Amino acid sequence: MIRFVWAIVLLCAALPARAEVTIQEVTSPGGITAWLVEEHSIPFTALEIRFRGGAALDAPEKKGATSLMVSLLEEGAGDLDARAFAKATESLAASFRYDTSDDAVRISAKFLTENRDQAVALLRDSLVAPRFDEDAVARVRSQLLSILQSDEKDPRAIAGKQFDAMVYGDHPYGMPQDGTVEIVGALTRDDLLAAHEGALARDRIYVGAVGDITPEELAILLDTLLGDLPATGAPLPGPAGVTLDGGTHVVPFPTPQSVAIFGQPGIDRDDPDFFAAFILDHILGGGSFESRLMQEVREKRGLTYGVYSYLVDKDQAQLWQGAVSSANDRVAQAVRVIRDEWQKMRDSGVTAEELQDAKTYLTGAYPLRFDGNGPIANIIVAMQMEGLPIDYIDTRNEKIEAVSLDDINRVAQELLDPDRLTFVVVGQPEGLEPAAN
Amino acid sequence: MLRLFTLMFGLVVLANPALARDDVTTFTLDNGMDVVVIEDHRAPVVVHMVWYRAGSADEPPGSSGVAHFLEHLLFKGTDTLAPGEFSATVARNGGSDNAFTSYDYTAYFQRVAADRLDLMMQMEADRMVNLKLSEEDIATERDVIIEERNQRVENDPASLFREQKNAAQYLNHRYGVPIIGWRHEMEALDQAKARAFYDRYYAPNNAILVVAGDVQPDAVRALAEQYYGPLPANPDLPTRARPQEPPQTSERRMVFRDARVAQPYVSRSYLAPERDSGAQEKAAALSILSEILGGGTTSVLTEKLQFDEKVAVFTGAYYSGTSLDDTTFDFVIVPAPGVTLEDAEAALDRVIGEFLETGVDPEQLDRIKMQIRASQIYARDSVDSLANQYGRALTQGLTVEDVQAWPDVLQAVTAEDVMAAARDVFNRKTSVTGYLMGEEVTQ
Repeated sequence: MIRFVWAIVLLCAALPARAEVTIQEVTSPGGITAWLVEEHSIPFTALEIRFRGGAALDAPEKKGATSLMVSLLEEGAGDLDARAFAKATESLAASFRYDTSDDAVRISAKFLTENRDQAVALLRDSLVAPRFDEDAVARVRSQLLSILQSDEKDPRAIAGKQFDAMVYGDHPYGMPQDGTVEIVGALTRDDLLAAHEGALARDRIYVGAVGDITPEELAILLDTLLGDLPATGAPLPGPAGVTLDGGTHVVPFPTPQSVAIFGQPGIDRDDPDFFAAFILDHILGGGSFESRLMQEVREKRGLTYGVYSYLVDKDQAQLWQGAVSSANDRVAQAVRVIRDEWQKMRDSGVTAEELQDAKTYLTGAYPLRFDGNGPIANIIVAMQMEGLPIDYIDTRNEKIEAVSLDDINRVAQELLDPDRLTFVVVGQPEGLEPAAN
Repeated sequence: MLRLFTLMFGLVVLANPALARDDVTTFTLDNGMDVVVIEDHRAPVVVHMVWYRAGSADEPPGSSGVAHFLEHLLFKGTDTLAPGEFSATVARNGGSDNAFTSYDYTAYFQRVAADRLDLMMQMEADRMVNLKLSEEDIATERDVIIEERNQRVENDPASLFREQKNAAQYLNHRYGVPIIGWRHEMEALDQAKARAFYDRYYAPNNAILVVAGDVQPDAVRALAEQYYGPLPANPDLPTRARPQEPPQTSERRMVFRDARVAQPYVSRSYLAPERDSGAQEKAAALSILSEILGGGTTSVLTEKLQFDEKVAVFTGAYYSGTSLDDTTFDFVIVPAPGVTLEDAEAALDRVIGEFLETGVDPEQLDRIKMQIRASQIYARDSVDSLANQYGRALTQGLTVEDVQAWPDVLQAVTAEDVMAAARDVFNRKTSVTGYLMGEEVTQ
């Protein structure tokens, strides 16, 4: 869960200064659109494909179906069983990765120019004609069950699960995307076929391609790869309400270091105040050593190895979230310091110097993100999913620079909400009373 | 296959072969500091790294964790920089910075716009010789590294298990002591210990500068001479001779129990030779052996134990040859539900035994070599990982020539080489077998 949240944060931040990236829009004869950055100096292509939806498409009683389905895409497709598919992929030295998040199914592919057609044919079969052979389902299901069992005894996983359940309730975001041991153990092949049909459809595709390929070649590739998918998929879930009571909820678990996740309501990517909030988060806890949380909790007091905050912009919910780990006898103090900093930033805002430093960092760090075909493909596919214009890269830093001290301090007062800042603490914390769940 | 397992068990990628040699320039400053420049002009970005030939295995006995502690302390002040000002300055220039410590090296890096390289060099050269520490910095940062140990180790039974396994593997070498340190020794780290390690090892003649990205070698040389050139070499730099392993003549077995273990598994490690300068052939054979046995869906262990016999949920084989001294060849087997750890271990041994009889499938070897060839193409896409590769190699006894020869050495490995390496390394007398288990259920 944490990993996914981070991905989103990075995508929010993944924007511009003077990155020399020229994006072309390519539309296939069959009507599939992709964004392309040509880069012919290395003879391979990185391809990022997203299908909007993902684990949030699962009904509660089938939670984990999409995740298991996606794990099985490379376990046999078309005429090839799992072993034959793997051998074929290795022979081409292609790399396909299949991954699920709450809001998307993500496919990352890399293939050499010298055997591109064969690689694309294999990838196509895995997306369009996965086999879900009985033995493959049993094998991968047992792996997923093993991971789910381990998650039940992992404080970080427990914290994420409890936090999401509390915040999102009955919404699909409220359950772990991989489901539970009971549900996954009972999923049938029909469930996987249904999940496949619902998740991988042409009405929700986003593609970013970077590398040794021309627009003409990419146009043909898109139809070969994706043209045989069904036109429409399953309906997306509606907006999630969020429950944040401002309390500190303890989940007892015998381990030496407590793990805490905290959060309050967030802000939509389309909100005019988004960039002010984004900079505010950077100053508060956005992952650098310079953030206030890092300075107060780690640098001054040595209470943790790391403390972070981040804006979570899911398709159906926005949160301002964070995480910290601290020994059982010190975590109460860490929680107190974080709450104090939250209040202080709301009441007093940030200084002109903090704002300027944050702008310098955020605008300067931008071009550093465009440092390879894979990373660039990730950025341009995320831009499409966020609904950003194709020239966004050229304007992003202006949006950062445009945030004034008045803006950011107004947003600090309006958005920061210490009364709703809610903690879930997993461990044996001293001085924090377990709250009833 | 589920990626989570590869995360859990820290899969080692096959040998990331190096870049074509015309993009790499090397030279040495008069004070002995080695410099590697890797050009990649696709983005206006540079990564600036300084690697020290000093890691946890170079620590004096009783001070485990001091190399890593010192790494943290280098972000405190110098004579001219206030505590925290180093990273703050990097950030104010739109860059990011960090550092890492391993058994054989400590490395510091910044990623920044290419036109800020001189400032990075100025600051990095400063903290190589001008570190200033207060007692308060020491006390607070010691709390931080103990929380880091809590997070990485104490909260994760698999990490605690690996610590015990490594300690059993090495009878005499410091690789048996955790990089982050034993907790009781970490609690006793102080200014004197950190300062002694710094004074002994932080000097240009013990450092390697790696600059990768949108830079010209001549410009890097001029800057390096300006900032690092004036620093004096340490004439008392000790020779890097750690206590070596005696002949290992007794198989070791261990059981580690922890109530937090939900998924038991078996690990087996054998002492194995590392890549040596000018003699990387055996390590190359072992790298390919680990791919053959445990490198994914078509590997021998996966085929036999996960596909055919279905006794395992996951299997893996790992070998990382980049190491200054003796390394290990590792297996892991996670049994399927209802399969005991004893049965899983027996199945693992049986399959390895059968492999020693039947030998290498030539088609599998061809596929692996195709992937090695392709990885040379893919590697050019990430200048950061190339920089890391050179830094690791040069702090672990290899040369630039060794790094560049490695892809060819791998390609030259024959099926016979692989089998000879396997027969040599799979010697139970040098092995540790570990069972990671949940709490014992008493009747």
